[in-house]
Amino acid sequence: MTKVRNVVIAGLGGQGVLKASDILAGAAFLAGFDVKKSELHGMSQRGGSVSSDVRFGDRVLSPMVPTGEADLLLVLEETQVDINRYVLRPGGCLIGPDVLASQPLKKRKSLNVALLGAASTVLDIPEEHWLASMRTHLAEKLHAMNEQAFALGRAAARRGAPASLS
Amino acid sequence: MNSDRQLLNGDEAVALGALHAGVRLGTGYPGTPSTEILETLDQLGGKAQWSPNEKVALEVGIGVAFAGARALVTMKHVGLNVAADPLFTAAYTDVEGGLVVVSADDPGMASSQNEQDNRRLARAAAVPMLEPADSQEAYDFTRLAFELSERWKIPILLRLTTRVCHAKTVVHPRAPEEGLPEPNFLRDIPARVMIPAFAKPAHRRLRAKLAEIAAWNEAEGPVRHETGGTELGILSTGVSAVHAREAAPGASHLSIGMTYPLPMERLRSFAQSVDRLVVIEEGDPVLVEDLRAAGIPVEGKPEAFRFGELDVARVRRILERDNTPEPVPPRGKPPELCPGCAHRGVFEALRDLDCIVSGDIGCYTLGVLPPFSAMDTCVCMGASIGVGLGLRHVLPEEQARRVVSVIGDSTFVHSGITGIAEMVYNPPPTGHLVLILDNGTTAMTGLQEHPGTGRALDHSPTHKMDFAALARAMGVQNVHVVQTNDKKLSMKDLISDLLARPELSLVVAQQPCVLAAPKIRVYDRAAAAELRAEACAAVADD
Ligand SMILES: Cc1ncc(C[n+]2csc(CCOP(=O)(O)OP(=O)(O)O)c2C)c(N)n1
Ligand code: SF4
Repeated sequence: MTKVRNVVIAGLGGQGVLKASDILAGAAFLAGFDVKKSELHGMSQRGGSVSSDVRFGDRVLSPMVPTGEADLLLVLEETQVDINRYVLRPGGCLIGPDVLASQPLKKRKSLNVALLGAASTVLDIPEEHWLASMRTHLAEKLHAMNEQAFALGRAAARRGAPASLS
Repeated sequence: MNSDRQLLNGDEAVALGALHAGVRLGTGYPGTPSTEILETLDQLGGKAQWSPNEKVALEVGIGVAFAGARALVTMKHVGLNVAADPLFTAAYTDVEGGLVVVSADDPGMASSQNEQDNRRLARAAAVPMLEPADSQEAYDFTRLAFELSERWKIPILLRLTTRVCHAKTVVHPRAPEEGLPEPNFLRDIPARVMIPAFAKPAHRRLRAKLAEIAAWNEAEGPVRHETGGTELGILSTGVSAVHAREAAPGASHLSIGMTYPLPMERLRSFAQSVDRLVVIEEGDPVLVEDLRAAGIPVEGKPEAFRFGELDVARVRRILERDNTPEPVPPRGKPPELCPGCAHRGVFEALRDLDCIVSGDIGCYTLGVLPPFSAMDTCVCMGASIGVGLGLRHVLPEEQARRVVSVIGDSTFVHSGITGIAEMVYNPPPTGHLVLILDNGTTAMTGLQEHPGTGRALDHSPTHKMDFAALARAMGVQNVHVVQTNDKKLSMKDLISDLLARPELSLVVAQQPCVLAAPKIRVYDRAAAAELRAEACAAVADD
């Protein structure tokens, strides 16, 4: 792979957007890619919009996903879908919370991880690295719950329209 | 964090670099985007502590360096204004141990009250400045900064920006430094006592050091040079360097790591090697001005790009001389005070009483937004008290009586105490009222401890400052400590009663931040358990 993959994760403060991007960046890192991840944070705990950029590939330059060049936009909160759509490239893939419509989550806290499960079906990162990254970024007592959420998101995305990236 | 390949953000990389450089003490005051440096240093096993403000943090760092040990001092860009007094004269002194001062600038103001460009302060203070582009350089330059600082006995500024601090990139650390000398006091009065007789030669020494450092920067300073086409050359610094490489892969690129003093001859020969030389820099046109002053013709960016961060798209626009209006991204949801936040009740009262609110900086600044719209001024940390007094001194009596200064607990310690000294020394005829919103943490920057919490940076117990006793001792007439969530308390009645008196009043309104409260309970339990264990051990030893 020579192309850089551009992913933007968006949502509201407190939803775990930054945690999700840490897990994704960590998984790409474990898979051996060059990785850059960046976001603006500082006031995110107070419910405002948050988004985080993750880029990986052979060599990544800017840490920010250029507007209109995101391959994948992952949105944790329905109201944040429209305001973030502009980051996607033409033909880019959007995954929102509705991907879980057929299979609602038991714990809303693990929404971020469930959506990563959905994202994992379109990103070229082996599952073992996702799981390993989750283990380093999430509290141990939540591992089982998060692994279930990840599997659920993965299954839901596979059942829904088969998303793929060209 | 010792494996040979790590994914770190710039703050973590600075902490690791400092640790590997053998730093003895890290000091600082929280401020986005610099806060995680000291927190990481602590987590990695280094010694790190929060100071009440940046000036004190730097002074402690200077003491460490005078003792022959390495010191790291961290702050956000506006913190360097607070620390400017010690910085400007520390530059004249000879430091024995390395003294590295981190200024984390925030172009675009993701979380700041201004977007000042501290490359200007490096020039004004005559302190060399290194500017990393990513976490690897943040790590490398931190280590380099300590070496340069000791070689020339001069403080070094490490300027980070938000996209360096808060971007994770891959870092390959090197073996930690070993065999550093133990701290030891060596008397050197002319190098450290800046009375005019010693400061005059010291200023000359400083300029001589800078000339030597400039020569070093010419010969072996950190630069990245990629030769491409000769049509376009791009000179860039900091994170702009990677934006520029992505925006113009075919151009020739020169990025410089030490941006003061500049390697001017290197820049001149780069300029001569290309037909068109464009400087890509965030913020003020600092390099453009320096290069032009040295007679090197360069193209800068249009004024519109002084504002905000750069990114790949904006760099393309600069290069293409595209001055069509930039697209405005859709507005996100603004932050608001958390549900249950203690600040809410106070701002409801201030709004209902139609107070003129001299505000300050912290989570509570969000009291300016609806549904409260209860803040009328906010300038810099600590300003609430002085500005409130100024309003009181000159406004007509009916308005003056409505003026209230509102300040957070961390901000009060940072720079509110001198405001109280002013208040008791020059009381306005109508008196004044100061509200300390004591939520037991520095919430704004992510829940750091401060001298009023009774816990140190690592959350272990330490002395707790008593705001009420302090205010009484300073001469404030009416001092009240209230629990904001006390059902029997009417904040409105209390405030209107105090406003009716031509006296000086201070209210400490306590209630823990809802995000901090569960953590505080954990720290308190741990501290109590420790005390119990100590007591039992003492009994067992009896
Ligand atoms: C000179 C300076 N240093 C640091 C900051 C960053 N900063 C802004 S507000 C603040 C403190 C907020 O704490 P507090 O006053 O307790 O209010 P809270 O956020 O807890 O409500 C800090 C550290 C700043 N703006 N200026
Ligand atoms: S983080 Fe704490 S102080 Fe800040 S808004 Fe939330 S509850 Fe209030």
